[in-house]
Amino acid sequence: MNFDKELDVRGMSCPMPILKTKKSLNDMTTGQVLKIVATDAGSIKDMQSFSTQTGNTLVAHTEQNGEYTFFMQKK
Amino acid sequence: MKKMAIIASKGTLDMAYPPFILASTAAALGYEVQVFFTFYGLQLLRKDLSSVMISPLANPAMPMPVPMPVMVQMLPGMESMATLMMKQKLKKHGVASLQEVRDMCLEAEVKFVACQMTVDLFEFDKSEFLENIEYGGAATFLGFAGDTDICLFV
Repeated sequence: MNFDKELDVRGMSCPMPILKTKKSLNDMTTGQVLKIVATDAGSIKDMQSFSTQTGNTLVAHTEQNGEYTFFMQKK
Repeated sequence: MKKMAIIASKGTLDMAYPPFILASTAAALGYEVQVFFTFYGLQLLRKDLSSVMISPLANPAMPMPVPMPVMVQMLPGMESMATLMMKQKLKKHGVASLQEVRDMCLEAEVKFVACQMTVDLFEFDKSEFLENIEYGGAATFLGFAGDTDICLFV
């Protein structure tokens, strides 16, 4: 999947993945896609919730070898 | 805009995390957030957070590497040791330091209000606290809290 910016939050626990995601999105423009790579298992639910509450679209998310990859499109 | 108000009344390392984590996350989700620090919570507004500690004493739910009788927990230095171990554990598991989550709150414009009564009660020196905070009382808190979507006491 195409993305405009990548964010590596591997090794970080709640709430840093969400806070860093928010910060990265702040520097982006509407429609751009942020790729986020995390290892925090809680981030699956948290990213979905972040998306619902902020209106940024969680386009896709995958899991492989304990790494969770999210694609978040800026509102 | 949604709003959240939190009262932070505890000043130990374990009880310091919930208000800062919730406040910074809510701010990231677009909430307007205010945290009111009262009684021991005032310790969390010090410029230097290194005196924030955790104690296994009277904290039976704290997981310990080895079971430790209360008589041992009360020995000198145990509090510093428990604090050091907890900080190492937090770091190992990728949990941000207290300083970091507090900085995230400030960066996200979470408003910190310190209880003036507590400052007077314990004769705290305001110069030891963060500069960009306000001082107020119960009515100040209620003025904001009365109109919030989430209101918590920690």
